[in-house]
Amino acid sequence: MNKDQAPVLICKDLCISYYTRAGEIPAVVDFSLTVKPGETIGIVGESGCGKSTVAMAIMRYMGANGGIKSGSITFKGRDLTQLSERELRSIRGAEIAMIYQEPFASLNPSLKIKTQLMEVPLAHENISKDEARQRAAQMLSDVNLPDPERMMESYPHQLSGGQQQRVVIAMGLLSNPSLLLLDEPTTALDVTVEAGIVKLVADISKKFGTSQIYISHNLGLILETCDRVFVMYSGEVVEEGTIDSLFTWPKHPYTHGLFACIPLPTADKNAAPLKPIRGQLPLPFERPRGCYYHPRCDHFKPGLCDLERFKMVHVEDSAADHRVRCLRYKEIDHRREVTGGEAKEAIDLGKRVLNVNGMKKYYEVRDSSLRALFAGKRIRQVKANEELNFTARKGETVAIVGESGCGKSTFAKVLMGLETGTAGEVRHNGKEISEVAVRDRSAKQISSLQMVFQNPFDTLNPSHSIGGQISRVIKKFGAETDKQKIFDRVMNLLDTVKLPRDFYFRKPRQLSGGQKQRIGIARAFAGNPSMVIADEPVSALDVSVAAAVTELLMDIQREHKTTLLFISHDLSVVRYLSDRIVVMYLGHIIERGTTEEIFAPPYHPYTEALLSAVPIADPEVTKREIVLEGNLPSAMKPPKGCPFCTRCHRRIGDICDNDLPPEQTVVDRHIIKCHIPLEELRRVLPVITVPDVSERLHVEQRE
Amino acid sequence: MPITTSTTEMPTAGYGAAFLRALKSFALLRESWVGMVGTFLILFWILVAVFAPWLAPFDPNASIQPFAKPGMEAAKISGTFWLGTDHIGRDILSRVIWGSRTVLIYAPLATLCAYTVGILMGLAAGYRGGWVDDVLSRIADIILSFPVLVLYIIIIATIGASGINIIIAITFASSPGIMRIVRGLTLDLRNRDYVAAAQTRGESDWRVMIVEILPNARGPLIVDACLRLGYVIITIGVLGFLGLGLPPPDPDWGGMVNETRQMAMAFPHMTIFPCIAISSLILGFNLLADGLREISLRD
Repeated sequence: MNKDQAPVLICKDLCISYYTRAGEIPAVVDFSLTVKPGETIGIVGESGCGKSTVAMAIMRYMGANGGIKSGSITFKGRDLTQLSERELRSIRGAEIAMIYQEPFASLNPSLKIKTQLMEVPLAHENISKDEARQRAAQMLSDVNLPDPERMMESYPHQLSGGQQQRVVIAMGLLSNPSLLLLDEPTTALDVTVEAGIVKLVADISKKFGTSQIYISHNLGLILETCDRVFVMYSGEVVEEGTIDSLFTWPKHPYTHGLFACIPLPTADKNAAPLKPIRGQLPLPFERPRGCYYHPRCDHFKPGLCDLERFKMVHVEDSAADHRVRCLRYKEIDHRREVTGGEAKEAIDLGKRVLNVNGMKKYYEVRDSSLRALFAGKRIRQVKANEELNFTARKGETVAIVGESGCGKSTFAKVLMGLETGTAGEVRHNGKEISEVAVRDRSAKQISSLQMVFQNPFDTLNPSHSIGGQISRVIKKFGAETDKQKIFDRVMNLLDTVKLPRDFYFRKPRQLSGGQKQRIGIARAFAGNPSMVIADEPVSALDVSVAAAVTELLMDIQREHKTTLLFISHDLSVVRYLSDRIVVMYLGHIIERGTTEEIFAPPYHPYTEALLSAVPIADPEVTKREIVLEGNLPSAMKPPKGCPFCTRCHRRIGDICDNDLPPEQTVVDRHIIKCHIPLEELRRVLPVITVPDVSERLHVEQRE
Repeated sequence: MPITTSTTEMPTAGYGAAFLRALKSFALLRESWVGMVGTFLILFWILVAVFAPWLAPFDPNASIQPFAKPGMEAAKISGTFWLGTDHIGRDILSRVIWGSRTVLIYAPLATLCAYTVGILMGLAAGYRGGWVDDVLSRIADIILSFPVLVLYIIIIATIGASGINIIIAITFASSPGIMRIVRGLTLDLRNRDYVAAAQTRGESDWRVMIVEILPNARGPLIVDACLRLGYVIITIGVLGFLGLGLPPPDPDWGGMVNETRQMAMAFPHMTIFPCIAISSLILGFNLLADGLREISLRD
């Protein structure tokens, strides 16, 4: 990185507005940014804060109703706001490239990878087809795709999500742009795949000298990829600085709030719970006077913060270029504050509520091709769940962790009675349920085992009112029959999930994502369940909202002593809230144990890779880097031996390929399914190293 | 957390609220002028049908004797007979007015029947899948593979021409099309989490289909219903024209065209006015469908 070179991009006092029927909506206000050659800038913020709008404005691709109101965007000395459509076209794709969130939507499904890649240099440079082809193949190997020649001849659907995103990145880099915009490039991918892409993105500037703007809602990813970071709130930058400076000494109360919302390795659900930011992001046309954050700020001072708009100021006694938009940053002593919320009591664990014993779920897939007919193999089995064994006790939180396709959702379906198990047994409160479909279960059984769903926008029926939907559950479970009593119960449930009572009359479309998810929780707890399955309940929500919903879920659990089965791919959330963890891979439980046991050696190699893949937004936490090669094998053709053998970085030989590994017991209820002897696994170094509180940088500064 | 005593009122689920909501939806329609034109055309014909006894100047089935001979000067448009008289001396205006009742009773009834059958089949096929879907879809394919007109002729010729039979024929011929739409929508909607939520609390299949899925499919279905009403009106006209409609002498727009078509060159007014009536009503439904679609796309 050469700091003396002229900046690639300068945005100065940029104001961007959308014009709708309701009038002008200022999306981004007073945005300034300088990108030096080879530098990676991170823009972080919650949804609706304007981070994607900035990217679109830099591309000058705002759609029909968006426009740059004032300010300038200077790219290599040319003001992009003044250029004509034709001049812009020569810059887009050639000098500024953009990579979007969903790789499968960025590639044309009917064209070969080759055609789509060669298009880029052919459109922007005057070169021959052969040369374009050569460069495309070279670029594919530069983004670490195996077998570039075969990739060139493939269609997008033949590649996995991670490979597709690599192709998209290759496409962006092909014309050797000076600036690469990445808009949440890994959100749609699995964690271990994400880790690979993040590593690639972090290497791009070294390899190609490309400047990058990386947009993400995930502070951990920003930490791993960027040099400088901009924190946005409600259309404006509230704090900017180098990664080290901002992550170690955040100055703005909002940045602090964000850090208190993410489950860092220091958070603990009982001793130091997450502390959600109160209130909601204001709508663009309802922004308050003065500091936009003041209604939610703990350090709000009337007569100062709510009067006028003010500029970003340079943080005093900070060596790095660290700027903040806060009038009181000097007075606020973040050190004296407890970072987390109030400490809470731990739940005493009770009797066993769930007992899973050798549960199997196979799906039959009918192959009607001629070849299958001749081979006599008409029916093939997909082994979604293979020999699951684990238990959960009253009041316990058990997390099932695994990437998509590991069979965790299938297991949830069997528990809920939407599918029936193939073999083995699942006992809930002593009763066998794996072979009982939901319509054969008694109302009591159904109400004692309920589910919170993943997608907040899908969990409520858009056609019925909130009250009607909750009432129906109460009526169905037979808890109450009297109309007035049902109504009172719904009101109590709304109180429990901390929503106003008049939500009874609202339709789901009038609610925000977090509010919908609260209703989903209220619905699941309507029949006083003894166990609730939560399938990634917060993965689609913004960090501050997710923290609030997570805390709410745990408060209700604490109150009702409910067993919570938490399904997730995010190990940082899981580490924070669960007592026991079950790690699944391709239908197998490959490791299970208490949270501490899972997070410390001995590890199963897959657990090790998963731990390494989780981005942690704390610069002082060190991680051992393990990036998995290859893709998750298809469940139709699982490996013969260990399910993980195709991607394992600790493979010991043919035994892995041919024999199913044994269950090795480390201590009671901590089990690892691996061929590697336990002594050897015990010698593995911890993946995540959290420094002692006394060794921490910001602690030293306090003295 | 302190639980305060219930201060919120019990919901008063009344027809008043539903009526207000309907009014509100209609207010939305005002933003689309196409939809407004359609609505006015339809409203016009509904009013005509409702007030037919007062609007029609003559008995629609009575031959007004002096004019019963074709070719008479007075059979054409005159002050007494605004739209003239037909080949046996009946007042065309009165017949068009009374004919609107036929169309506006049988077309919505037939559409409603077709929708009931189509929706139930589509929900079952889409939600259950498997052999239910196979059987229902193949039946629909077979019906759809016949040319519609041939199908109508076969059905009506077999069971005879009457109002009820028209409804049966139209239900038989158009429910497979509706079924396909509903099936497609159901296939998408049945994977939603709220459907899973209903299943996991042990709701019956029919309740899931009708309460959880169907209301969310209503958008495309309402638009399609408007278009289909138009087609049904055409169908009723065509059946009348083919002599398979309502038995004479009761006025029926399609029948009126049929009865007078041989004289259309000499006395165009006998065929043109019923034709205009048919087209304006169909146009009304099509425009309304366009307007509804426009609004549904807007938000």
